[in-house]
Amino acid sequence: MVKKALKSLMLFGLSIFALTGCDVPVLQPQGPVAEKQFHMIIWSSILMLFVLLTVFTLFGFVVFKYRANRANDDDYEPDLEGNTKLEILWTTIPIIIILLLAIPTVITIHDSMKNPSPDKKPITIEVTSAEWKWLFRYPEQGIETVNVVHIPADRPVHFVLTSAGAMNSFWVPSLGGQMYTMPDMKTELWLEADKPGRYDGRAANFNGENFAHMTFTVVAQKQADFDKWADKVKAEAPALTMKEYKKLLKPGLVGKKVYSSYPAELEHASDMDMPGMKGGEASEHGKH
Amino acid sequence: MENIKDFLLHDFFVTGEPMIYMADVAIILVSLAIVFVLTYFKKWKWLWKEWLTTVDHKKIGIMYIIAALAMLFRGGADGLLMRAQLALPNLHFLNAQHYNEIFTTHGTIMIFFMAMPFLFGLINVAMPLQIGARDVAFPYLNAISFWLFFFGALLFNLSFVIGGSPDAGWTSYTPLAEKGLDPGVGENYYLIGLQLSGIGTLASGINFIVTILKMRAPGMTLMKMPMFTWASLITSVIIVFAFPVLTVALAMLTIDRLFGAHFFTADSGGMPMMWANLFWIWGHPEVYIVILPAFGIFSEVISTFAGKKLFGYKAMVWSMIVICVLSFFVWVHHFFAMGAGPAVNSFFGVSTMLIAIPTGVKIFNWLLTLYKAKIRFTTANLWALAFIPNFVIGGITGVMLAVVPADFQYHNSYFLIAHFHYVLIAGTVFAVFAGLHYWWPKMFGHMLNERLGKWAFWIFVIGFNVCFLPMHFVGLMGMTRRLYTYPADLGWTPWNFIETIGAFAMGVAFIIMVYNIYWSARYGERDTTGDPWNGRTLEWAVSSPAPEYNFATIPEVKSLDAFWEMKKNGEVEKWRKQPLEPIHMPDNSYRPFVISVLFFIAGFGFVFEWLWLGVIGLIGVFLCLALRSFEKDEGHHIPVEEIERTERAAGRL
Repeated sequence: MVKKALKSLMLFGLSIFALTGCDVPVLQPQGPVAEKQFHMIIWSSILMLFVLLTVFTLFGFVVFKYRANRANDDDYEPDLEGNTKLEILWTTIPIIIILLLAIPTVITIHDSMKNPSPDKKPITIEVTSAEWKWLFRYPEQGIETVNVVHIPADRPVHFVLTSAGAMNSFWVPSLGGQMYTMPDMKTELWLEADKPGRYDGRAANFNGENFAHMTFTVVAQKQADFDKWADKVKAEAPALTMKEYKKLLKPGLVGKKVYSSYPAELEHASDMDMPGMKGGEASEHGKH
Repeated sequence: MENIKDFLLHDFFVTGEPMIYMADVAIILVSLAIVFVLTYFKKWKWLWKEWLTTVDHKKIGIMYIIAALAMLFRGGADGLLMRAQLALPNLHFLNAQHYNEIFTTHGTIMIFFMAMPFLFGLINVAMPLQIGARDVAFPYLNAISFWLFFFGALLFNLSFVIGGSPDAGWTSYTPLAEKGLDPGVGENYYLIGLQLSGIGTLASGINFIVTILKMRAPGMTLMKMPMFTWASLITSVIIVFAFPVLTVALAMLTIDRLFGAHFFTADSGGMPMMWANLFWIWGHPEVYIVILPAFGIFSEVISTFAGKKLFGYKAMVWSMIVICVLSFFVWVHHFFAMGAGPAVNSFFGVSTMLIAIPTGVKIFNWLLTLYKAKIRFTTANLWALAFIPNFVIGGITGVMLAVVPADFQYHNSYFLIAHFHYVLIAGTVFAVFAGLHYWWPKMFGHMLNERLGKWAFWIFVIGFNVCFLPMHFVGLMGMTRRLYTYPADLGWTPWNFIETIGAFAMGVAFIIMVYNIYWSARYGERDTTGDPWNGRTLEWAVSSPAPEYNFATIPEVKSLDAFWEMKKNGEVEKWRKQPLEPIHMPDNSYRPFVISVLFFIAGFGFVFEWLWLGVIGLIGVFLCLALRSFEKDEGHHIPVEEIERTERAAGRL
């Protein structure tokens, strides 16, 4: 029942945007993580719409009805000062609404820290934000890319994030919400694409002059295509030398790049404490 | 010689930007014009004696409001520049660096130098009058608070033409705001400018608390205080608990930048995320510092123009106290996405949602205040009424942002920008405009023109919604804040263009409002009664403008809405005829002004890291403090004859 109502409401919301012909990635989820967040957006919108309509109706009613220049103001009661029953009522109803919202929120928070599809084997990709580019390292494939990240579709991706400079935030609205990247710290983000496609990713937290141009592309491919791509990069792309790596970390803009390997000394460079996790365990996450 | 020239042209004066040359010219012309007018009309002595050295809370309040209006102009101009740049994709009206500076100064100025001082101005003007006091508890300190704010704001604004503006956002997140990633003096301006005005704010908070607790008219128990006074009290409590955190955080980042420490750097053991924590431990209570006085203003205005008692007075007071307590337990919601564990995010998500409950109680109480009322649609009341629906839009998006998993999609996007402009503009800005129209006659003795006021109101409110409503959608489309430009193929263009139109409409409304101030000063209707709105609280019991001593005799308060009750029971004449006594008033002092100039000089020294100048300035400050502590100033008495003369001139004897 609720699901059905949700679905029709979603369709209604989407049709508004369809009319304008726009892409609204947050409302057009392309994976289970974004979808769960989308459900929370819709559920909270419904509850809040109820609040909005209640207040707007009451407001319109009292402002119109009790204007000073109305014909008959016999009902004017200047000393009306309170009503305990009413006050209990409008404290209780918001509490119920908040409960209806808080419970699914807390459940979803716990879910969002976990693999969205536990029956599928995840792939780990390490992400580093620098001034003003995104570096992606594939510990399982041994390759590295810049400003473009290929992922297998229909398979959960475990992003492990850090920053080589200012803070930033890694956001692919079609696939799910963002997570900050912070220097000297590690954060995690689970995303998954349902089907192959290209999705826009962007830096969400301001980090200086060329912030606006710090975008990247997520290329979701069928597993076989992904493997083929990784093999090709491994075979044909240049290696990422330490010199080149240091050059990449300097402030500036670069295009999309792929590298067949990364320097061995960087293997554990991003093994640092993860906030919210016990220090010792964090380093295990990078190597499944 | 070459070195000096090189320094002046490259590091000291901001060069190479036509807009800044225009600003240079404008600043010089306006300064010359002010000097000319003051000299021509022989007003220097008047300026010094009546304003720069005053300790009168009403005059200090007026100066706060004038400065805040100037800052609203500056911050608004920043906003319009941003909207102009974003009107269409790939514009080169502003370059990235310039845009980054402008959104940084827009946010900083609007919060620190517009919203807070505007509210402080109104608190200064109205609160002592509402409680039947003759001034605040520490008038000298009040002057210091104002001048520190003034010179802090001046220092911050100087960055536009000298040295370069800060460019790391009003939140100034580290390590971006550290010297390594942000060399130059811009961030120093931010740190020192806010530090100076922050000292003033903290002192004001203490001052207001003591005033309200110790100086109420006889009979006015806490639960008989006007709602605006309650709001001022609770706001001041929040200030006293929250501002020291900002002071410490600013000092730590200043030490990082000036002396090479590593509190918030990415290396050498610094903790960049600690800045985010400290900033928001202050920053979230700050939101309530600028919204609670607004709630107070709305309560006064709505109840006055409804011609009714405020509905649910006790619930209104308690809901503010609950908000005050909760405001210290929600700061992490500004960075849910910084990787905190599920328990932490759950706690802060739910605590944030809880704030909706006392806020909802207040909304319903205002609605019920309008129930069975006689609503007069004056300009002041229009601003207060418009607050309810518009603020509720900001309120519900606030609850939506508290849904942590959804927040990961809204965070840093234009959805967030829309949310906080809906609460800050529909809350704080509508409130200060309501308060400005409401208390204007009490400040200046004449009314603001209603016709012009209503034009400004409608244009502003429509422009506001046209500007900020589309931001919700463009945020869901993936547009993040602080982008100086965007590509054409994302579908953001039409929305952004509409937003820009709305922004300029607000600009037009502001111009009408300023014209209204000018027009009304010349031709506005005089308020000879002192009670133009049929008011309820004590500020309407005195003449307009309020005399220096506020109350010739202090009224005895028996109930809530003290003046309303006096009028109802026919006690006004009796009160006015009470025998007069000489009134003890504080003396003016030049020192609050001088001490703040010295702080400014020291601050300028620290901005440019000229420690010698900083030390000289601080020595001057300490000298002033020492002189003050050896000073014996008992104030003066206003003789009965003079009070009689003043009261008679106001037609009250």
